[in-house]
Amino acid sequence: MTEDDIIARLKENVIQGRKTQQDEGIDEKLSGTPGVVELTRLALEKRISLEEIINALTAGMRVVGEKYSSKEYFIPDMLASAEAVGEAMEILKPLLEAANVETKGKFAIATVHGDIHDIGKNIVAILLRGAGYEVNDLGTDVPTEKIIEFIKKESPDYLGLSALLTTTMTEMGVVIEALKDSGLRDRVKVLIGGAAVSDEYAQGIGADAYCVDGFQAIKVLDSFQQAKTS
Amino acid sequence: MPREGILVPNPYERITDEQVQQIHQASLQILVDPGLICFSKKAAEIFQSNGAEVAAVASADHPHWHIKIPEKLVTEALDNAPKTVKLGARNPDNALIMKGDEPRVYFISGSETNIWLDVDFPTYVKKSDSSIEIKVPEFHPRRATVADLCQSAHVCEHLETLDGYIRTVNIQDEDITEDNKDVNKFFASLNNTTKHFMSGLTKLEQLDNVVRMAELIAGGKEALKENPIISFITCLVKSPLQFVADTTDTFIEVCRRGLPTAVSSSPQAGTTAPIKEAGIMAQINAEVLAGITLGQLVNKETPMLYGSVPVMARMDTLSDSYGSVETSQYNIDCVQMARFYKIPNYSTSGVCDAKIPGQQSSIERLFSDIVVTLSGPQFLHCAYGLLDCNAVFCLLQAVLDDAHFQMIKFFLKTPRINQQELVETMKQIREVVETPQKLYIGYIRQVMRSGEISPPYPFEGDGESDSVFALAYQRMNELLAKPVEHIDPETTAKIFQEIPGLLPRLNVYKEGK
Repeated sequence: MTEDDIIARLKENVIQGRKTQQDEGIDEKLSGTPGVVELTRLALEKRISLEEIINALTAGMRVVGEKYSSKEYFIPDMLASAEAVGEAMEILKPLLEAANVETKGKFAIATVHGDIHDIGKNIVAILLRGAGYEVNDLGTDVPTEKIIEFIKKESPDYLGLSALLTTTMTEMGVVIEALKDSGLRDRVKVLIGGAAVSDEYAQGIGADAYCVDGFQAIKVLDSFQQAKTS
Repeated sequence: MPREGILVPNPYERITDEQVQQIHQASLQILVDPGLICFSKKAAEIFQSNGAEVAAVASADHPHWHIKIPEKLVTEALDNAPKTVKLGARNPDNALIMKGDEPRVYFISGSETNIWLDVDFPTYVKKSDSSIEIKVPEFHPRRATVADLCQSAHVCEHLETLDGYIRTVNIQDEDITEDNKDVNKFFASLNNTTKHFMSGLTKLEQLDNVVRMAELIAGGKEALKENPIISFITCLVKSPLQFVADTTDTFIEVCRRGLPTAVSSSPQAGTTAPIKEAGIMAQINAEVLAGITLGQLVNKETPMLYGSVPVMARMDTLSDSYGSVETSQYNIDCVQMARFYKIPNYSTSGVCDAKIPGQQSSIERLFSDIVVTLSGPQFLHCAYGLLDCNAVFCLLQAVLDDAHFQMIKFFLKTPRINQQELVETMKQIREVVETPQKLYIGYIRQVMRSGEISPPYPFEGDGESDSVFALAYQRMNELLAKPVEHIDPETTAKIFQEIPGLLPRLNVYKEGK
């Protein structure tokens, strides 16, 4: 396989949402051929530059985004592609760090204390990872103290809080208060999401944004990033 | 390959086998006592010559006969009536094969309404805030024309779930007369759809012209027999228990020509039939059996459908209440009776009391469409586009109906649960629970594209807006813009040469068109 082939296939496999050789993708002809993970490793073996690899991944995601907008693709397609890109970024992470290349931003996400629902949280994590953010998933039913501890230690740029239930959404306010009490509130932007919450609720508890879904989370984070750089 | 229809795996049955037997026995008794009044001399003679007890009743105005049909004649007719009926089509791939003992459902349009409902979307501005505008559908009724019939046949051709076409409107153009109505309604319909076409006949004298037209299209007399592209519906028995003169004579002539016919009866519970379910069922079954018996006496093995259009009376107006729950109950009972006789059933659903498309029409029609389909009639006259009982047809409603029939058809797909599926999916389960995200997304995409997942409702709007009518209207116009597969120029020329009374404007190959 030539370098050009690897780059072309990398892009195509992102479009197909094939993380590994085992993944089915959409086009049956690709069945059993290397997926994004194998191709990323092969690209590194062939000493293809990090920039070229990342450009191929980004170009693939751009096509996926276009197909999603035109309703040719659905959320499962978007997630599969984002997950594949997220895995590739994990492989590239040590090399990017060694080369002093910064990620788009560090994002921590958790389902708050008392709530074990995680489908929405997981989808947001996959999409943000695929969009180039470094994502730390703290899990479900996460005690406020654990979140505070993580913010102190890892200093993420963003914190995502998820809750499905009206009985647990109040815990989001508790986390924000705890951030204030610990003097951390200014260091991290807080985004909230979940079936029970709303824009109004986010404003009420002092969150920085409410995101209706993972796609909006990408938009919100990108806008924060843009504000930071400008 | 004929159309597949949809096989109902375990058809819903309301009445027990014992109750079916009881209705059957009661109907046989009704055919003897009180018997039927017959206003058709031909029918009276046929019954008499075959051993029925026939007595002339003195009447100055309308000569009629009192007929008692013995059980033997009914039983023989039920034995002779074909258990499989083929309804052909201009495009042979659109043929329908109906087996009396197989609950495979075909969805058909109909019936003939006088009023065509036009739709437009005027803009309304909010009084308190003129920056807010909304488009609201408005419906305008008018007398239906032959051009409307062409349009509805054209749209029905492209409605995915619709398997056959019963003419939707009564054509009332100024140049349409009793003498030329039949040939024009048959030609307008056949020239705009390649699906099977069923219709009633306005005038018996036009039967041979209509049959000749069908022969020309099908490719000859024998070809029409092999591929009966047309069939007839005849409501020869007027409830309660009266053979009507003209329709019965038409029915006899259709049977003589061996073309498929739906033997239909439409009693109204409360007025022309008993209000009690047992009573209307015993009567309608007797009326249909009387028709089938006559048809088989005229021409043994003539293909027939057990046609049932029972309806409940509205207590406030005593008009038909097709939207009532009881109407669906009667229809399902009739499906069971037809299956008991192994004769394909013509059943009814989707006719609603609502006068315009909206929530009432959706609820009434969807309810009966689901429950009657689940009982497994072969020929379901499910009234695409029909409103206000049998009075109004709206093309927009027909497009809306197609969407919910897609859901019903999808619901009735055979469950795919087998050892191979279980082994494959158990492998997925084991793999996914080991992953951090625990999502099955990686296994969705090919399935999503294989047709195994039901699509969302096609007329769903964005956000919280209700755009159902606007989107269905858009779809309707898309269908109208699709090409029409007309009868070829040579056959059209022959038809216009041989069949009298056709309106020249229906000839799409005429110079200048």
